[in-house]
Amino acid sequence: MKIHEFQAKQLFRDAQVPVLENRVARTAEEAAAAFTELGGSLAVVKAQIHAGGRGKGTMMEVPEQHGVQLVRSAEEAAEVAENILGNKLVTIQTGPAGQEVRQVLVEAGCDIANELYLGIVLDRAKSMPVLMASAEGGVEIEKVAAETPELIHKEYFHPDVGLQPYQVRKLCARLGITGKTVRSADAFMRAMCRMYADNDCSLVEVNPMVIDSAGQIIALDGKVTFDDNAMFRHPAFAEWRDLAEEDAAEVRAGNAGLSYVNLDGNIGCLVNGAGLAMSTMDIIKLHGGEPANFLDVGGGANTEQVTEAFRILLDDPSVKAVLVNIFGGIARCTTIAQAILEASREVGFSVPLVVRLEGTEVEEGRRLLEESDVDIISAMDLADAAEKVVQAATQA
Amino acid sequence: MSILVNQETKVICQGITGGAGAFHTKGCLEYGTQMVGGVTPGKGGQTIEELPVFDTVEQAVGETGATATMIFVPAPFTADAILEAADAGIKVIAAITEGVPVMDMIHVFETVKEKGITLIGPNCPGLITPEECKMGIMPGYIHQKGKVGVMSRSGTLTYEAVWQTSNLGLGQSTCVGLGGDPIVGTSFIDLLRLYEADDQTEAILMIGEIGGSAEEEAAAYVAESVTKPVAAFIAGRTAPPGKRMGHAGAIISGGKGTAEEKITALEEAGIEVAQSPADMGQAVQRAMAR
Repeated sequence: MKIHEFQAKQLFRDAQVPVLENRVARTAEEAAAAFTELGGSLAVVKAQIHAGGRGKGTMMEVPEQHGVQLVRSAEEAAEVAENILGNKLVTIQTGPAGQEVRQVLVEAGCDIANELYLGIVLDRAKSMPVLMASAEGGVEIEKVAAETPELIHKEYFHPDVGLQPYQVRKLCARLGITGKTVRSADAFMRAMCRMYADNDCSLVEVNPMVIDSAGQIIALDGKVTFDDNAMFRHPAFAEWRDLAEEDAAEVRAGNAGLSYVNLDGNIGCLVNGAGLAMSTMDIIKLHGGEPANFLDVGGGANTEQVTEAFRILLDDPSVKAVLVNIFGGIARCTTIAQAILEASREVGFSVPLVVRLEGTEVEEGRRLLEESDVDIISAMDLADAAEKVVQAATQA
Repeated sequence: MSILVNQETKVICQGITGGAGAFHTKGCLEYGTQMVGGVTPGKGGQTIEELPVFDTVEQAVGETGATATMIFVPAPFTADAILEAADAGIKVIAAITEGVPVMDMIHVFETVKEKGITLIGPNCPGLITPEECKMGIMPGYIHQKGKVGVMSRSGTLTYEAVWQTSNLGLGQSTCVGLGGDPIVGTSFIDLLRLYEADDQTEAILMIGEIGGSAEEEAAAYVAESVTKPVAAFIAGRTAPPGKRMGHAGAIISGGKGTAEEKITALEEAGIEVAQSPADMGQAVQRAMAR
C-alpha cells in the first residue's frame, strides 16, 4: 500500500526523524492560512499524489504550473494551490492521463547546504533490508544507479537489531559527511531503519535528504510503501489508503479477492494463478494480440468471485474478446464453468469467449459448458486458445 | 532417486484441522503420500482422516517419526509454525500459506539456513515426487514418474509445464514450487545443486518470472556448475514496469527484473529458453538433444 508524502512525514515525525513544519491544505484559503501559520518568509507548495516526478511534472489544465513550487507570500500560496487543486498533474510516472490532485502540502522553507539520497528496501538476494545512501541526491536516483552504481553506498541491517552506529560512520565517511552532522546522520538513519522495520514497510525513500546550513539532516521528501501482507498488524494505516489514487477496476477486483491490473489491449483474460496469468498475456502477445488486463482469480475463488471477475472484464469497453485459461489445482474447473454460466445469465457475453480448461474436475467442467446454450469457443491447449482469441478479437 | 522427498518420507500437516489443511491432507493420502499425522494447537487428541492430531510438532515428531511437514496455518501464524517445525527437527518444510509478512520471513530464513533445513515457500504449491510423495496442493494426475526436475516460482504455470512434459513422455523426477514471495526458503540454485547430484534427474526445467534477480543468479550457477541440460521459461514479458503482477515478488522496479534481461542471462549461460509458455516441454527436449 502506498501513502502520501504528508502521511509519510507524519510517520517520520513519530519516529523522531527530522522533518520541516508543514500543513495539509485542501483549498486555496487553507493554503494561504498555512503559509501564515508557518510564519516564514517562504514556503513550498507540493501537490500530493502517489506518483513521483512531481517537481518536473506539470498541471494538465495550467501547463506553466509545476507540481512543486516555492512561494513567498500567503497570496502566492493561494494562487499556486488554486492552480493545482482539482486539476490533473502529469508526471513521468502518472502517464499522459495524469492524476487529480486533491490536497497540497504547504511546508516551511529551509537553507539547503547539501542534497543527498536515502532509500531502504528489501534486498531479495540477501533476504535482508538494505539502507542505500548517495551524495547524488535531488536527481533521478535510477539514473545514478544505472550509470554510476559506485556512488550508491549500501549497509544491510537486521530488522530486530537495527542499523548499528559503526555502519552510520562508514556511510558518513563514504558520503563525505563530517563534523557534527555525523551525529545528526546517526539519529536520522537509525531512526529511519527502525521506522521501516516497526511499520512493516517495503520501501522508504527520501529524495532529497538534505543537510541544512546548521549541519542538521532533514527529510525534505518522503515516500513510504507498506507490505500489504502485514497490514493486519497496523489497522490504523487502513485510514491512510487513498482509493482515488488507485484504478477503480483494480479496487473493485481487490474487494472481491481478485488480483487485477488494467492494461491497454483488447483481449480480456481470466486465469488462475499469477504466473499462468502473466504467461497467458505473453502468449496472446506472441500471437499478435494485446491483453486488456492481468487477472488472477486465485485458488480458492468461488462462483460469485469468478462471476464478479467476468463483470469487471465485460465492463471494460475496450475488451473485444475474452480468454478463460484455467489449470485447476485448488481451483476447480466446475467452479469456473458454473461462473461462466452465471455470468452469461446475468450479464450476457457481448464478445466472443474462448475457454481452455485443464486440471481438477476438468471433465465435469467441460460437460457443464457443452450442455449449456452459452456460445463458447473451446480450446484444447494454451497455443490453441491464444490463436483463437486473437482471431476472435481481430474479427470483432 | 528423486530429491528431497520419496515414498519413505513421513509427512505431517500443520493446520490439519482447518479447511484447506484437512482437504489437502486427504488429497495427499489418496495420492499415496505417507501422511502420519497433523498438528493444531489445542486440538491434540482428535483424528482427521484417521490420522492423529497433536498440539505440538515436537509431540508429532516424537510419536510418528515424521521428517517433513506441510503448513496450512493462517498467514499471521505461519512464521511461528515454520520455526516450530525447524525446532522439532523436521528436515523438509513446505509452507503453502499465502500472505506471510516479509518482515516475519527474515528471521525464519536465517533460522532454516543455520539449521540446514529445506524450506519450500511460503506462498507455494509445495513439492511432489511423482508416484511416491505429494506434499502440497497440485493435482496429482498430471504428473508422471520420469526424468525432468521441474522448479518454478509460480503454481499453476508449473502444472502447465508438468502437463507438457508428461504429454511428451518425459515425466518428472521431483517438482518444486518455490513460491511467489520476495523471501522464500529455497532458491533455484539450492535445487540446481540437488538435481545435478540426483541420478534420476536427466534434465532440468526452470520456470521464472519478472522481478528480483533469482533467474540471473541461477544462470550464472548453471554456467559454472551444472552439466545436465537445462531449459527455462520466464513469465511476464508483456508486464508493464511498476505494476505488481499478483505475486508480491513479480514487479519490475527501477528498470530491473525485466523478462528480457533474464532471458539474455539464461541464453548466455547456454540454457534453452522457451519463447512461449506452450513450448516449455519441447524446450526440455531441445535441451536434451543438444
